[in-house]
Amino acid sequence: MSVFIPLGVLDDAVIRKIAEISGENAGRCMQCGTCSAVCPMVESMQPSVRQLMLLLQHGQSGAALEASTAWTCAACHTCLVRCPRGIDIPRVMEAIRQMVLRENLDRINPRGIPAETLAAVPPIALVAAFRKLTA
Amino acid sequence: MTTVKTGIAAELIPIYIMGKRYLVPEALTIMKAIEYAGYQFIRGCGCRGGVCGACSTVFRREGDYKIYSGLACQTVVEPNMHLAQIPFYPALRRPYDYAAAVADGAIVAQLYPEVFRCVACNACTKICPMDVQVMDYIGALKRGDLALAASISFDCIQCGLCASRCMAEIPQYHVAQLARRLYGGKLAPRAEHLAAMVGRISSGAYRALLGELKTMSAKQLREVYTGRQMEPAMTDESWRPDENVGL
Amino acid sequence: MKISYYPGCTLKSKARNFEDSALASLAALGFEVTELERWNCCGALFSLTTDDLLHQLAPVRVLIRAQQAGAGKVTTLCSQCYNTLARANRLMREDEEKRNTLNQFMTEEPDYHGQVEVVHFLQLLRDEIGWERIRAALKRPLTGLKVAPFYGCMLLRPKEVGIDSPVKPSILMDFIAALGATPTDFAAAEECCGAYQVLAAPEAGLKRTRRVVEAARASGVDALVLSCPLCEYNIGKQQQELAAPGGALPVFYFSQLLAVALGAAEESCRFDLNAAGARELLEERGLIAAAARK
Ligand code: SF4
Ligand code: SF4
Ligand code: SF4
Ligand code: SF4
Ligand code: SF4
Ligand code: SF4
Ligand code: FES
Repeated sequence: MSVFIPLGVLDDAVIRKIAEISGENAGRCMQCGTCSAVCPMVESMQPSVRQLMLLLQHGQSGAALEASTAWTCAACHTCLVRCPRGIDIPRVMEAIRQMVLRENLDRINPRGIPAETLAAVPPIALVAAFRKLTA
Repeated sequence: MTTVKTGIAAELIPIYIMGKRYLVPEALTIMKAIEYAGYQFIRGCGCRGGVCGACSTVFRREGDYKIYSGLACQTVVEPNMHLAQIPFYPALRRPYDYAAAVADGAIVAQLYPEVFRCVACNACTKICPMDVQVMDYIGALKRGDLALAASISFDCIQCGLCASRCMAEIPQYHVAQLARRLYGGKLAPRAEHLAAMVGRISSGAYRALLGELKTMSAKQLREVYTGRQMEPAMTDESWRPDENVGL
Repeated sequence: MKISYYPGCTLKSKARNFEDSALASLAALGFEVTELERWNCCGALFSLTTDDLLHQLAPVRVLIRAQQAGAGKVTTLCSQCYNTLARANRLMREDEEKRNTLNQFMTEEPDYHGQVEVVHFLQLLRDEIGWERIRAALKRPLTGLKVAPFYGCMLLRPKEVGIDSPVKPSILMDFIAALGATPTDFAAAEECCGAYQVLAAPEAGLKRTRRVVEAARASGVDALVLSCPLCEYNIGKQQQELAAPGGALPVFYFSQLLAVALGAAEESCRFDLNAAGARELLEERGLIAAAARK
């Protein structure tokens, strides 16, 4: 898929906000694409990890927060191990999630999960999902 | 602050009820002090004996950042305490079919999945007026241990203060009640001596003794009652009466 | 030797087969295990933000409990507990400012400075017991069983807490070899199982299940071993959601195979809690007695 970036918008507010939350500077990404190549969830993401970094570099915070990327990320840390720029991408993903969750917007409704699923999954699945996806 | 002498021989001390200053006699409970100040309880008061959980109150002390809590009917006023009652805090209990419910951890996940949002902040334990280790019973529920949750939460009086403080928006006390009900009804071992006793009673073993009591006058009854041997205030479970005719 | 142990919530409920088999194995190896007397859920995932310490309270509190129990070292079984506790411990050791804030916030707890060491059970097997001693203790070597390791993420990444190389680990391969089985590497051994996305994006999660199972099949393995109840759910239980040809690929907790090889009582393995195919495989190979079928 292609990422639409309007001309003339190079605003670093979102990069700074993410740095504040995560301690990571997404501006250092050199667009090599390694993260997207190793990400186990990439085929279910829209846009890819690298493309998300590009959106951030161009100040496209709305698109970055709405994109499925950070919400499909499984925090597996594969990209962190491989990024040649040493960017802690999982932290960038977490910061994006936090920017939404801190507005008290849940991305999963605990009470909306079917009862059979709640009975079947191990506690660790619930704890992990609610940590990452509820406010 | 000057204290004022009154006819009831108690010093008056200043307290702040919902931000307004009142002078109330020291040594009153918060509940009586609120009434002394002119309020009438319609909610926020029940048993006046520390068991119903209706009168939960939060307060701060001057020069201290902490929030304290207490039952208004049990807690004595202190000079310069700033208080408000929180008689109710919304926390919904979920209906379920008790007869069909299976007593294991899965039902906690099904009815109150938000339990798994607990971050172990411990704000609940810190506010609990009954010193219940609320965080620990939530921890027990997360790992599906209904028996442990039932035992830790045993002193809970459903006042709701924990729910008012919860970072994870959990109605803790309802979940604990679920655990106690399932544990009590479906997991706790049945007491064998109870069944034996019920059997003895229904077989008529005490009918004659009861019949005797029925024939006594009020005076005689009072004598028998006040004359019985009482369990000493400080003793353990091994205490037995010298004579045990009625049992 | 005495070991202080932190179980975590899932091992006390859905993953009893993990805990019971590990405890039976430790007993067979002559270890005395003491569970922390009081503990809370670690939170499962280490918080990745730097400006929010609320989510560090849970793991730090667990470390405080270990300190209170006088434990110099606390052992975990669940990969995610290990990862979360080890990272929180590093935070408390290395970040003075955050350490102070957290200690000051938990006025009801003693201060903590990161003195306790967090280890995973596999590290204990490798570094303190040693593969040789395990080999010598085998009662029922798993000869002929082709087993592949599924490391998942949290044992290996990030490398500051990984129990082995994040890109070329060998600990589980060595473990499998020590049991007398045939260690078999496969392409997805260090990949992610989809983690908590099983609840939020189940379709994306199932793609992970399919990928791991197919890669394992392509390497001709009999079974996978792993060390995390979420991996076990996603790779084991979720196979029922795939219309996979060739039946289920058995998935075990590593401790279950250890318990079998050490000759521990079979009840400790609780194969009834495994996904389909696990118990059947061991019966077929004559490693456990066939269960009476209903
Ligand atoms: S691997 Fe690192 S540098 Fe390369 S695209 Fe991804 S974030 Fe950018
Ligand atoms: S941490 Fe997230 S973005 Fe990075 S590889 Fe894993 S799933 Fe992909
Ligand atoms: S546990 Fe909660 S509801 Fe129960 S007494 Fe304590 S604060 Fe009140
Ligand atoms: S207040 Fe809520 S989040 Fe905090 S420890 Fe208690 S139950 Fe957990
Ligand atoms: S990682 Fe899981 S099982 Fe382990 S304590 Fe935390 S939530 Fe509970
Ligand atoms: S593979 Fe999945 S569940 Fe297992 S450790 Fe990784 S993220 Fe966790
Ligand atoms: S009025 Fe019942 S507890 Fe105070």
